Amino acid sequence: MDKGKAIMGSGRRWAVDFSDNSLAPSSRDIPDPPGFSRGSQEQDDSTVTKQKKDAEANWKAQKAWEVAQAPFKNLLMMGFMMWMAGNTVHLFSIGITFSALWQPLSALQGVGKVFEPYKDNKVDLLAPKLVFIALNLGAMILGVWKLNTLGLLPTHASDWVSSLPPAQEVEYSGGGIAFH
Amino acid sequence: MGTMLRVFLLLLSLLSITAPAFSLYEDQVGLADWHQKYIGKVKDAVFHTQKTGRKRVVVSTEENVIASLDLRHGEIFWRHVLGPNDAIDGIDIAMGKYVITLSSEGSILRAWNLPDGQMVWEAFLQGPHSSKSSLLVPASLKVDKDNVILAFGKGCLHAVSGIHGEILWKKDLEAESFEIQHMIQTSGSDLIHLVGFVGSSQFDSYTIDAKSGELLKHDSAAIPGGYSGQASLVSSSTLVVMDSAGSTVTTISFQDGKVTFSQTPVSTLIEDFVGKAKLLALKLEGVFAVKTGTHTTFVRVTVEGKLEVVDKINHATAVSDVLEISENRQAFAFVHRRSNGIDLTVKLGADWNHDLLKESIKMDQERGSVQKVYINNYIRTDRSHGFRALIVMEDHSLLLVQQGAVVWSREDALASVIDVKTSELPVEKKGVSVAKVEESLFEWLQGHVLKLKGTLMLASPDDMAAIQSLRLKASGKSKMTRDHNGFRKLLIVLTKAGKVFALHTGDGRIVWSRLLNSLRQSETCENPTGLNLFPWHVPHHHALDENPSALVVSRCGPSDDALGLLSFVDTYTGKELSSSSLDHSVVQVIPLPFMDSTEQRLHLLIDASGQAHLYPKTSDALGVFRPELTNVYWYSVEAETGIIKGYALKEKASDDYSFDTRGIWSIVFPSESEKIIKTSTRKLNEVVHTQAKVVADQDAMFKYISKNLLFVATVAPKASGDIGSSTPEESWLIVYLIDTITGRILHRMTHHGAQGPVEAVVSENWVIYHYFNLRAHKYEMSVIEIYDQSRADNKDVWKLILGKHNLTSPVSSYSRPEIMTRSQSYFFTHSVKSIAVTSTAKGITSKQLLIGTVGDQVLALDKRFLDPRRSVNPTQAEKEEGIIPLTDSLPIIPQSYITHALKVEGLRGIETVPAKLESTTLIFAYGVDLFFTRFAPSRTYDSLTEDFSYALLLLTIVALVAAIFITWILSEKKELRDKWR
Repeated sequence: MDKGKAIMGSGRRWAVDFSDNSLAPSSRDIPDPPGFSRGSQEQDDSTVTKQKKDAEANWKAQKAWEVAQAPFKNLLMMGFMMWMAGNTVHLFSIGITFSALWQPLSALQGVGKVFEPYKDNKVDLLAPKLVFIALNLGAMILGVWKLNTLGLLPTHASDWVSSLPPAQEVEYSGGGIAFH
Repeated sequence: MGTMLRVFLLLLSLLSITAPAFSLYEDQVGLADWHQKYIGKVKDAVFHTQKTGRKRVVVSTEENVIASLDLRHGEIFWRHVLGPNDAIDGIDIAMGKYVITLSSEGSILRAWNLPDGQMVWEAFLQGPHSSKSSLLVPASLKVDKDNVILAFGKGCLHAVSGIHGEILWKKDLEAESFEIQHMIQTSGSDLIHLVGFVGSSQFDSYTIDAKSGELLKHDSAAIPGGYSGQASLVSSSTLVVMDSAGSTVTTISFQDGKVTFSQTPVSTLIEDFVGKAKLLALKLEGVFAVKTGTHTTFVRVTVEGKLEVVDKINHATAVSDVLEISENRQAFAFVHRRSNGIDLTVKLGADWNHDLLKESIKMDQERGSVQKVYINNYIRTDRSHGFRALIVMEDHSLLLVQQGAVVWSREDALASVIDVKTSELPVEKKGVSVAKVEESLFEWLQGHVLKLKGTLMLASPDDMAAIQSLRLKASGKSKMTRDHNGFRKLLIVLTKAGKVFALHTGDGRIVWSRLLNSLRQSETCENPTGLNLFPWHVPHHHALDENPSALVVSRCGPSDDALGLLSFVDTYTGKELSSSSLDHSVVQVIPLPFMDSTEQRLHLLIDASGQAHLYPKTSDALGVFRPELTNVYWYSVEAETGIIKGYALKEKASDDYSFDTRGIWSIVFPSESEKIIKTSTRKLNEVVHTQAKVVADQDAMFKYISKNLLFVATVAPKASGDIGSSTPEESWLIVYLIDTITGRILHRMTHHGAQGPVEAVVSENWVIYHYFNLRAHKYEMSVIEIYDQSRADNKDVWKLILGKHNLTSPVSSYSRPEIMTRSQSYFFTHSVKSIAVTSTAKGITSKQLLIGTVGDQVLALDKRFLDPRRSVNPTQAEKEEGIIPLTDSLPIIPQSYITHALKVEGLRGIETVPAKLESTTLIFAYGVDLFFTRFAPSRTYDSLTEDFSYALLLLTIVALVAAIFITWILSEKKELRDKWR
């Protein structure tokens, strides 16, 4: 936003910076002409830029929300794929489950990057970010849930006892039918 | 979509069921398995050495085998195993083309075709009562142009047609306890004389017309001095009998209807005679042989009935039967043992001073004394007589001796295996060259290129033959060092002969064999019998340079209170390290799970009076054992009285190494309703991987795993006979699971209408047993799985994660765990000779049952078929778990016979040994034959197969690398061209 800034001391005798919109008259060498109201001109000028800026911010916010909601589609897609894959452990279902776990994870890692183009003073990115994170977490939970339904999470007692060696016995006995 | 899924799942579960198919390809036979044929200790032999055809000898053996052997090499032409209850009483050759056998106490007469061993006919001879049997194949006796075979058995004399096997006539002698001694055909007449005894004092002689079966004459007379069961026929009308005291010889003359006796004390024949004399079975005209101690005396009976000593031999001697070498010339042989060989002497019956043949034969190893000799003659080129002798030694080996040398020998002790254990081979030492077996890299590559050719189907027939021979050599499978898969081991085998063999698992060759001195007959030990084999000293990490040793437990004689013998054998060299005669009997041997500081395993020997003796007798062993004394128990099963008793040990003041036992529990089965027919326990060295079984829906069940579990099967006394001897209403089978520490009956189940024989196997937490269902007229197999209910509450995940559970802490049987059993029964087509189960190094691999079928084959059956949780419609989760839908009978998949096309004749036992590779188990099946193979119950998931083509892998890698280079060069060029454009 530095277009039309005054170039001082460059051999020109004078110059008027029309775009000067500073409010403090003391900062200039030449006093304002009489009847000139700095304020009204100021008002006029800013309405155009403001409108433009608002539109941009709106667009950005809209985009940010779109980006934030993108995982939801993914979520539905994932859900469908998971339903397709079934509950048995094989290559397809494992692949889908792990991609379902990996995608949200990588998306969460790159939250900042995803929302960087929509960074703006006027745009509040917190809410879309939160939604994005929440949706990704949801996807991740879905992945974990799938992992569980596949039986790959050690949540049952059987997962912890399946490799327990048999207990030792205190007593020892032998014998049987006598030799013939 | 759902149906698609279901179809997919179904396919998946089907795949998981059919996945373990264990069939071999034809060219894989003999790569990992070997099969050896034996016949057993020879009981009788008949030579067949006519000019035409191959020369052979037909033998019958103690293992009830009849076989025709090649006289040149000792190979088996043909062989028949008649079964355990069909003992052969006599063999002979009839009409020059049939082998005649009389078996089952003279009730079955069979004719076998001599060249190929096909059975020609079979005749069942019936009679009123059992008696001794005798077979006579007269050379020139014809009834209506038909050769007659005379067989005496069950108190009747039968004449059987030699061509068709029809019974021509039958004569019941109507004498209750007539024991036949000899059947004599007087030459040139049709009269048959039967001589024998009734009881121990009456002599009987019958004369029968061979053509009609008419009884012509019957004489009977009381023998003065009694009869000891030994008699020798010296002529067609004279019999020599030893009296019951073994001190007087009675000559019986039964010519012309008169029976006359004349008695001669043995002391008048042999000067310094003391003790008991024995008559040797010698059929020499006019001569009989008396054995006194180690001496053998030949005595001639003159025409007048006088006795005169002809010769005296001062050695233990075996005397052959008489061989008619020409008209009126009879030869016979006797053989005795020298220090490193045997002496063979052939004499003419008429001329005692002249030896037809005298040879000393050297033998390469100790074979004990000579037991039996059979001679045969041949005409040399100079028209003189040459003799060959078939000799049966004390170690049951069979030798053919000709021209002063052993032509061939057979180790037929291996037909009577008593016990098998394995021993590891020595570790391959650095610096010791094994280059002879190892091949060079070039050869290795060449072999693999050949194999590659085979896989790509480019190989010519010559190449295929080379591939097969390479496979058979299989890169050092017969090396004498340990391999890293644990496939190479020594099988230490104890046989009935008292000979111990070490067989290499790679190719089945005998690495060493040793006739144990302690198991040979001696003055102090009349009839030693081997009982069991135990690994005694198994060196581990720090003592690997020591040789392992095995303990052979035996006793002097068949009775319970016979004194015991121990001998220790080095399993690498076969040397008998030491042996000791014990001062107590041995009825039980309990290998303890303790080692002393020299890594000798502690053993507890129980004697007949119920005392326990600790071996080795060292203070070190005692120091190890004493703290454990209160935790060691033993139990005895008395099958006759139906009592099972449990004992604890207590110290004895007088002797450090002996312990008194006190009974702590007993289970008495009512003898009027139950009879013990089978007991079974878990194998001591079985390894179990886990105590939990994960069932459908991630539920866990805790197995009841106890080494102190005894399976007992009892049947109704009425139903203890053969199948069909009782009705379903009066027969039942009751099975028990008993804790042998406390005597607690964990489980009891009754099968109504079922009966034995029962075969059972116990492993992990299950028992599988096989019996006959009289109601369904089918064999059945049942499974009982035992679960520990008191552990079932351990299902808190957090406790398990943090390790705050007591599942692995030691348990005592006195804590009385609450158990739950599940069982199921299935029909099974075969009757079963033996059941075993595969065992692997860590117990992770799933198990398969090994069933020795009635056809002498070994069938592998997945344990999943015997899962009590099988149901008709298993749920989805159960299907995923691998539960097979319930069927009423167990499938027999022809490809899962692990003996493939072979038979282990007379199968008696199946031994499984884990290899080091978890997936693989080694299986040794023994009977009359031996069979060994390697088996992977869930396929070899942890190693590449031997057929894996390394060359193909190498080729692929090289090709890929080359392709990468070429494409890289090409892309570089293209890029350059693009830049110039």
